[in-house]
This record gives sequence, C-alpha cells and structure tokens, in this order.
Amino acid sequence: MTVFAEYAWLVPVFPVAAFAVLIAMGRGAGRPGAWIGTLATLLSLILSLCIAGERISGKAEDYSAHYHWLQVGNISLSAGYEVTNLTSLMLVIVTLVSFLVNLYSQGYMRDDDRMPTFFAYMGLFTGSMLGLVLADNLLTMYIFWELVGVCSFLLVGFWFHKPEAKAAAKKAFIVTRIGDLGLLIAILLLFWYMPNHALDFSTLHNVFATQSGVIATGITTWIALLIFLGAVGKSGQFPLHVWLPDAMEGPTPISALIHAATMVAAGVFLVARTFDIFQASPAAMHTVAIIGAFTAIFAATIGLAQNDIKRILAYSTISQLGYMMLALGVGSMPAAMFHLFTHAFFKALLFLGAGSIIHGVHTQDIREMGGLGRKMKTTAWTFGIGALALSGIPPFAGFWSKDAILTAALDKQPILFVVGAVAAFFTALYMARLFFLVFTGNPRNDSHAHESPAVMTIPLVVLAVLAVVAGFVQTPFNGWFAEWLTGDKAVEHGSGLVMVVSAAIGLLGVYLGWLIYAKGAIRRDVVSSRMPGLVKLLENKYYIDELYHLLFVKPLYALGKVLNAFDDYVVDGVVRLAGQSATGLGRLNARLQSGQVQAYTLTALIGLVILALAIAGRRFW
Amino acid sequence: MNMLASYLTLAAVLFCIGLYGVITKRNAIIVLLSIELMLNAVNLNLVAFSKYGVHPSLTGQIFSLFTMTVAAAEAAVGVAILVAIYRNRASVNVDEFDELRR
Repeated sequence: MTVFAEYAWLVPVFPVAAFAVLIAMGRGAGRPGAWIGTLATLLSLILSLCIAGERISGKAEDYSAHYHWLQVGNISLSAGYEVTNLTSLMLVIVTLVSFLVNLYSQGYMRDDDRMPTFFAYMGLFTGSMLGLVLADNLLTMYIFWELVGVCSFLLVGFWFHKPEAKAAAKKAFIVTRIGDLGLLIAILLLFWYMPNHALDFSTLHNVFATQSGVIATGITTWIALLIFLGAVGKSGQFPLHVWLPDAMEGPTPISALIHAATMVAAGVFLVARTFDIFQASPAAMHTVAIIGAFTAIFAATIGLAQNDIKRILAYSTISQLGYMMLALGVGSMPAAMFHLFTHAFFKALLFLGAGSIIHGVHTQDIREMGGLGRKMKTTAWTFGIGALALSGIPPFAGFWSKDAILTAALDKQPILFVVGAVAAFFTALYMARLFFLVFTGNPRNDSHAHESPAVMTIPLVVLAVLAVVAGFVQTPFNGWFAEWLTGDKAVEHGSGLVMVVSAAIGLLGVYLGWLIYAKGAIRRDVVSSRMPGLVKLLENKYYIDELYHLLFVKPLYALGKVLNAFDDYVVDGVVRLAGQSATGLGRLNARLQSGQVQAYTLTALIGLVILALAIAGRRFW
Repeated sequence: MNMLASYLTLAAVLFCIGLYGVITKRNAIIVLLSIELMLNAVNLNLVAFSKYGVHPSLTGQIFSLFTMTVAAAEAAVGVAILVAIYRNRASVNVDEFDELRR
C-alpha cells in the first residue's frame, strides 16, 4: 500500500538539485534557467500529491526508512525519513505554496538580474523545509531547521544593496538563533536522558505518550519549554517576534513563502511533531497556550496601526501563528494543523496579492493607494477572498479553522477563548481597513497602476479557490481532517455558540472597518484624537524594538567595544611586542655584525670574561 | 714556586698589552705586532711551566720553539695579506677593513 511513500526522499531532492544546477550555472542561466527551479518544485508537488493521495484513500501504514550515519563509540546516529499523515499533509502544503510562489516569481522577479540566484535560493529553501518535514529524528530535523534559517537569511537579504534589507537579514538570523539554541539544548537533553540515546520520533512517542516515567516530569517540562523556545524563534512568537516584520525587506514572493509554507510553519510543525513531549507536561502546555494567546492579540493590535501593507500582513501572520500555538497549548493538535493548512493558502494569497499591488503602484504605504479595485480586478477579488478568509467570515477557509481553535480553547480555558475572540475582531478590523483603503475610494497618488501579467494572477486565482474550499475538510459537522491526522475517532463537539460568536465577531469587525474606511460614517481619527498615546504606542509596536535595543543590543554593543579594545591593546599588543622585540634584537645583532675584526675580538673577549666570571661565581654560589 | 708566579704575572701582563693592542690600534702592522706579543706571552708561560711546573721537562721549551716557527709563518702570511690589502685600498687602517661583512 505504500507505493509512493518509499520515494518520499525524492521530494526534497528535486528542489535541492535545482539549487545545485542553478548555482553551478551562475548568472548565465538567465531567465530560462529560472524555470528549472519552478519545474523542480512542480515535480515535488506531483510526488507529494501522490503520497498524500495514497494516504487519504487507503489505510496506508506509516513508512519510514533510515540509514546508519555516524558511529561514535557505542552511540550510533542515523538519518532518515518518515511518512505519516502529518508529514504528508505538510509536504502538500509546502510544495503547493512553493510551486505557486515559484510561478508567481517568474513574473515578479523578471527584471532582476540575479533572477537565477533567487530561484536557486528558493529551491534550497523549499528543499530544506521539505527535509525538515520528512526527517524521522530530531537531529536530522535540526540540520534542516538550520538550513531553513540560512535560506531565510539569504532571501531576506536578497537585495543586499539596501541597508535595511541587510539589517533585516541579520536580525532574522540572530533572533531565530536564540530560539535555535533552545532547541539544540532540548535535543541534547533528550539525547542524554532518552533510553539508548534515541532521538527518532517513534521512540519519543513511545516514551512520552505512554507516561512510562522513564524521564522525570521536571526534565520533561524543561525539554518541552526549550523545544518551544525554538518554535517561538522560528514562528515569530512573542517575545522573539521582532524579526518577522523586518523580514518584509525581502522580495514579496519570499515573504509569501516564509509566512505561508516554510520557516514560520516550521515552529508550529516542530511542536506538533513533538506533541507527545508537551502533553506529558501540563506546565509546558500552559506556557504554549498563554504565549500563543498573548501573541495573537498582541500582534493583532499592532496590525491595526501599521501603514505598510506588508507589515500589516506580517503582524497578522504573527497573530495567526499565535492562534496555532494557542490551539497546541489547549491540546488540540489537529486544530493547529488545520489552521496552518488553511492559513498557508490565504496568507500566501494575501502576500502574493500585496506583491501584485506593489508591482503595480510601486509603493507599500496603504495611505498612498486607493481605488485600485477598478484597475487591478483579479488582484482585488482574490485579495478580497484572502482578507475574508483571514477575518474568519463563513464560509471561507479561515472561519472553519479559527472556529476549531476557539472551540478547543473554550473547552479548556474560557479566558483564552475570550482573548482569541477579541483578537479575531481586531483581525477582521485591520483586514477591512487594509482592503478598503487599498481597493476602494479615490486614488491617492497619480501612478498608473496596472494589472499584473497572467503568470502572477494565475497563482492568485488558484490560491483564492483554495482559500474558499480548504476549510471544508474539517467543519463542526465533519471531523474528517482531525480523524485522518490523529487516527482517533474525532469527538463531535461542534459548538453552535462558538460558530455564531466567531462569525458575528468577524462580520462586526468587517462592518466597522467598512463604516470607517469606506463609507466614512465614523471619522478615522475617532480613536487617535481621543487617545493619541495609545495610537502612538501601537504605531511603534509597543516600543519592543526600542526596548530590546536598550536592554540587549546596547549593553552587548558596549561589551563588544570593551572586548574589542582589549583585543586591540592587550592581545594585539602582546603580538606586536613579540614582533617588535624580535625585530629590535635583529637590528641590534645587525649592528654587531660590523665586519671589523677588532669589534669581533672585543665581543669574544667580553664573552670570555662573562664566562670566566660565571664559572668563578658558581664557586661562591 | 714564587718564581713561577712572577713569570706567569709577566706573561699575563704581556698578553693583556698584546690584547689591548689588537683591539685598539688602527694600524694593521701594530695589530700584527701585538699578536706576536700575545704569542710570546704564551711562549713565556710554556717555558716557565717547563722549568717550575709540577712535572718539569724539556717538552715545554721545545714547544715554544715550535710556536716561534708557527708565529713566523703566521707573520709572513699576515704581512702578505696586509700588502695585498694595501695594494687594493692604499691604506693600512683596520677601521676601514670590513670585508667580513660582505
């Protein structure tokens, strides 16, 4: 029954091979060369669909294969891949979004003279994410995890001639590094405490899911929290969310890729993959839920006050990832994966739509846009669908997944449900603001906006369709998705109350946004005139960046300066002293080498006297 | 025993005068003469030890004859080198000779 799963290892190989070919060809590959990358992702997509297809249709066994990698003493490390329902789902999400983004980039990056490099990086990015998804043990996963980080660095800093892009790339790399360190420590702890030093997921499942008590609860909590730290860094959760909005400096297709399929999804996926460890520790679960809920509402409020179209979307991603963490924290892994699944489509759609807008009007400030709905029809209606899906309006995909999360939250912790619901209201409001400011009203600048070429709009249409239908795999009336993902018979507990509340909240947010930003029934400065401090706080993202600058960057910078001075004057000083003393000695000896016999004689005499004195002196010592 | 000490003292004085001449004199001829002085101080030692040494014998005196012969040969070679240098440089000033450095 596992025909295609045996070839799952090929899925990441295609994009990585495309990366190798494109890098080897260099800039000479040109625009046709870029199609190599797109073709490779298409192959991966087809194979992923086959794998997922056979898992959906039949009762396929989980397939895993690994080979012996390293033998250190009596510890052996292996590397391998595993195909489960969870990984096959992720394979489809990653390859599908990646393929569409690839296609879209053919249009978006057409005028860039480093286009082949871009597609090469994108291939490596996709390939490492797929490797991360397929990995059958934590160590292999960690390798790909780091590769994903490297690729995000390369791609966010793709336009490295812009200083902001360079800074953003460095920030993304360094901030996620903090999380990666946590994950590394967690892996080392697991390696230390696990029987036989096993790191593969099936053994982890056996040890933690059975509550066998092999590992003490305290250690389990530490391991779970450290793994979560890794996820916080990669998935842009508070307090390590600061890199994600800055990563908007990269090309827009990359933002779509980072936010929908690769990179940020990795954090949620990591927690889902090691979910047994979390479930073994209630404290860790609480932390995940609280951080998730806080991030959801925290980022949503910031999103209300931003003016850069991509930054609004970035904060919405942070907020939606918060939802996923919340779902994981309240113990509903299927709800989190479901939201990851739907979010991938509508967020990729929104980012690609934003890219299309930027491509048309050459600005990212939504205050300078307006009335684009008439000029960019396809972009407008697809973006609208994405916005509705994100706002959680039925029957779009986002509604069903958000509903699943809120239901799970209500079951566990009503307060988290309230937080989630309020965040959903803000989400609807800022998306309405974004949509109405950009697409309706009168144009606010005189640029000649135009619709993007077909190669860019087709992915938009495909994603728009998916953003409508993807939600129907799991509704309160149909628990197919959760059942498929976990293998357990889903408990039907669709709550009508939650559905009504979440739909009403979404509609209310959109209606309010329409009143303010389209109809003008409520003045726009209704809040800013009364509470200028609050608006300023939101516009400056709660001054988190400034706080970090003050708390971490500046002291570390000062420490760096001190160490630099130490290096300059003490370490280098010793080195310089050694060099200079050798030179001085040489110069002195060169002067002795005068070539005059009498000087030599005198030297010999002095030596003799010293020798004689030394010998005579020894007697009296 | 006392006699030996005075001979040795005389030899040491001679040797030091010779050494002083070798190191300080600028004229190469004088330097050669000073070397002879040092050699003769050594000869004096040899003769003194052959007469007043612990095991007196004639060997020391014969050796001093050898030394004189060698010294004569050495002086001949030295003067020959000096003549050659003088032909090249038109000078016998030791300060100006730094061929060893080249």
